[in-house]
Amino acid sequence: MKINSPLEAYKYLPGTNCGECGEQTCMAFASHLIDRSKKLTDCTPMLEEKFNKKFKELQTLLAPEIREVEIGVGDNAVKIGGDDVLYRHKLTFFNPTAFAYDVWDTMPENELVERVEKIRDFKKFYVGNFLTLDMIAIRSVSNEPRKFADTVKKVIATTDMPLILCSFNPEVLKAGLEVAKDKNPLLYAANKENWRQVADLALEYDVPVTLFSPDDLDNLKSLAVTFAKLGTEKLVLDPGTFPSGKDLKKTFTNFLKIRRAGIEGDKDIAYPLMAVPLTAWMVQDDDVSASYWETVIASIFTIKYGDIMIMHSIEPYALLPQLHIRDTIYTDPRKPVSVQPGMYKIGTPDKDSPVLVTTNFALTYYTVESDLASSKINCYLWAIDTDGIGVEAAVAGGQLTAAKIKKGIEESGFDLKRDTSHNTIILPGLAARLQGDVEDETGARVMIGPADSGRLPGWMEKNWPPKTK
Amino acid sequence: MTKKTKLTDITNMFKEFDIESLEGVTIEGDIELNITGGGGLNPALAYALGQEISHISLHMANIGRILGYPVDQLFAQAFGMGIASTSPPVAQMADTKAKIQELLAAKFEVASVSNWIKPIQEVTLGATSSDGGSRKSTVTLGGENALPYYFDAAMPHRNYVTMDVFDMPISMAKAVKSNYDDVINDPAEWAKKVVRDFNADMVTIHLISTDPLIKDTSARDAARVVEDVLQAVDVPIVIGGSGNPQKDPEVLEKAAEAAAGERVLLASASLNLDYERIAKAAINNGHVVLSWTQLEINAQKELNRKLMKQCNVPRDSIIMDPTTAALGYGLDYAYSNMERIRLAGLMGDDELTFPMSSGTTNAWGAREAWMVSSPLPQDSDWGPREYRGPIWEIITGLALSLAGNDLFMMMHPTSVQVLKEITQTLYGSIESEGIDISNWIGMEV
Ligand code: B12
Ligand code: SF4
Repeated sequence: MKINSPLEAYKYLPGTNCGECGEQTCMAFASHLIDRSKKLTDCTPMLEEKFNKKFKELQTLLAPEIREVEIGVGDNAVKIGGDDVLYRHKLTFFNPTAFAYDVWDTMPENELVERVEKIRDFKKFYVGNFLTLDMIAIRSVSNEPRKFADTVKKVIATTDMPLILCSFNPEVLKAGLEVAKDKNPLLYAANKENWRQVADLALEYDVPVTLFSPDDLDNLKSLAVTFAKLGTEKLVLDPGTFPSGKDLKKTFTNFLKIRRAGIEGDKDIAYPLMAVPLTAWMVQDDDVSASYWETVIASIFTIKYGDIMIMHSIEPYALLPQLHIRDTIYTDPRKPVSVQPGMYKIGTPDKDSPVLVTTNFALTYYTVESDLASSKINCYLWAIDTDGIGVEAAVAGGQLTAAKIKKGIEESGFDLKRDTSHNTIILPGLAARLQGDVEDETGARVMIGPADSGRLPGWMEKNWPPKTK
Repeated sequence: MTKKTKLTDITNMFKEFDIESLEGVTIEGDIELNITGGGGLNPALAYALGQEISHISLHMANIGRILGYPVDQLFAQAFGMGIASTSPPVAQMADTKAKIQELLAAKFEVASVSNWIKPIQEVTLGATSSDGGSRKSTVTLGGENALPYYFDAAMPHRNYVTMDVFDMPISMAKAVKSNYDDVINDPAEWAKKVVRDFNADMVTIHLISTDPLIKDTSARDAARVVEDVLQAVDVPIVIGGSGNPQKDPEVLEKAAEAAAGERVLLASASLNLDYERIAKAAINNGHVVLSWTQLEINAQKELNRKLMKQCNVPRDSIIMDPTTAALGYGLDYAYSNMERIRLAGLMGDDELTFPMSSGTTNAWGAREAWMVSSPLPQDSDWGPREYRGPIWEIITGLALSLAGNDLFMMMHPTSVQVLKEITQTLYGSIESEGIDISNWIGMEV
């Protein structure tokens, strides 16, 4: 982004404070443009003809330093790139690294379909959403256009996930493109030898393309400049992922250099970056070591500037940490992820059902909620407004107090005496020290649950319903 | 940081070189261009200049290079901006397309970071006989002038791993425990095992039995355990209390005396206990203090300041533990907290220029590391936990190594092995296997 204060953006806005964008004032909207929480198109007046020029100018000023590239179509399409900073705490990183897993054109059909289904269906629940995988990378191992096209066809029949078509042979790529031309796949890859033909394909089919230049940044830049000149900026850069020793260190250095240059304004190289942790399989021979090493490489480049990558292992012990490190790095550090405070009904609670208290930190809330729901415990669960802080830190920091708990329950119109038969509240084990206060404040009986909500089912069996006093 | 050159200066440069193609080109006004870094060129300006620049850019690049100006970068930039922001250059592209037969020449350049001005303090753990101790080896942390493994400046010391040993059996994830079944009742043997079999650089002895709520063993008993461990191994050690703020000062005091002269790391001083006593115990016996705060950069500054100013701990005797939260359980905070601390240190905040230590073992608290299977029926199968646990510890540590962490406190032998391999790879001390990746697409796996 070329500007960094709301004032600079404000100059271009209509200045009528009409409120169409959902903000009270143009100035407020301008600050959201700068922190990138709103899009320029949210200001509908700006779309009018008379603002055309200002719109374009401002759009250019607001464009992220690293270009955004879209792959795939429809709901599953992924966007990569679009970053403006080198450190996530300076703003946030945008567009989580896209994870592609490979299939190849020498696979027997049933194995191919089974593998694609596994990649398509893998999911892990985390703070209210499922973490999932994004893409399929199809490798041409046979180097035969027909075979490759057949494989692409089968993959498309099995999933809507975006595709990466991988071959250095333009004939093979063309055959794949013919089958996948409506799917906006990413081409992999143009290199020093084939770039003319691959550029033609990228332009003819209007698809994004990867430029591959192992450990040669001058050449990588040459390719990028040439492709831009030829008419496409839908580029992804792969400086090569060397899987071991000093070569891997060099790869790390290349990623740092390219991204730093891009963020600092070298437009010629300001494109999304691809890493290929799959090359780990070239140095490790048993599956566990290779999956581990691949996950290690994937994590390095998730943290340091990889925007898209191709992996091989689909073992859960590889996928889970990969998905979580991505979430870690791409979570917006500016705001704790929280849920709406208030009362949530789990299952179909009635007068005899337990009343539990937790916080509105999303990680806490969803962990507790899913523990309760999955063991089919009907109950009322309060997400107390702790400014999105977890139980232990909120108790330590004073966001979870007896008064807050009382207020939270009352505000949802719930009356413990009237609406329950037991007048009892269950607190998290880590909030045990609030017991006395909560009793005094609410007049209810207070029980202390386990420290980890995962133990709630067992705890319930022993302690619920409470013995009458 | 940004070198500025005025367009008129460049015109003067050309004059000296007597470039023909410049004749007739007049550039009005005294327009400033950013030559390196920074936000780049004002696009409106780039547009206004677009035509002239595209004409003279080739000559500029050559001459600039002769004069040592990175102007080619600048003009590449200006040209790129033109394409992004306005229509005329785009229109030209179709024409050029057919003509390009050779790759356009380009030189990649990037500047080093110029505001990393302060080195991180070097801190040595362990003392050999020549320094009044009995360790065979020592470990030196810190000394960095850049973020870890960055090309801006060489990293003087690799990362080190200290492995956890407890003074009584504790509950551990199954995958961890199975490695220690035979030594779980004997801290000295346990210490030997992690050094001999698992390649630990150091050993941490956790005196948790001293906690009044656990066994309430005496500080004197604890000191004896420390002596045993010092006898058993000859690497530097870390001494950890039980985490009980009332008892720890007394326990660490006695332990520090028992280890006098060995330059151990005393873990830890924190704001919620009598840190002054811990600091004194360290100073009097030649040890290093672990300054531990909970995910809060300002609290870290405050505690470091108190240790230095109020307790007179020398700068070479402080290591920080800004708290490690596990992957999926707050690592996002822990990562950025460490990265911010390290960047602040490098940029000159001398309350934060200390090496860092991570309780990477915390990763085993994550459900994904130890639970047999997902508690949620909707989740895909989590697979065998034997493989999930170690990688959870590895990735937690790896992330923090990239944020600037120097010393890792760890538990699982596989995690230690892989973390060491990857951190030493990035550090640059592992030869590559010379793999040719140029045709990776065709590999058979
Ligand atoms: C991440 C973190 C933070 C983040 C908080 C992010 C957030 N949005 O919550 C930040 C950096 C902001 C933070 C700040 C602080 N933190 Co903090 N933080 C942690 C950390 C590393 C992880 C906490 C976490 O997210 N756990 C995961 C969530 C899901 O756990 P949870 O909310 O407790 O929920 C579980 C249980 O409570 C239970 N549960 C939840 N609800 C319910 C309901 C029922 C009915 C039952 C039965 C069970 C149950 O099940 C859940 C799943 O297991 C812990 C250390 C650690 N490793 O645990 C320290 C920790 C909690 N923090 C601590 C402290 C002291 C603080 C600060 C006061 C530090 C400071 N000096 O500023 C501040 C306070 C900030 C504030 N309140 O404003 C201490 C608390 C010590 C104590 N016991 O008093 C801890 C334990 C670190 C330590 N060892 O000292 N912290
Ligand atoms: S919609 Fe546009 S004009 Fe209206 S208030 Fe928002 S920014 Fe201002």
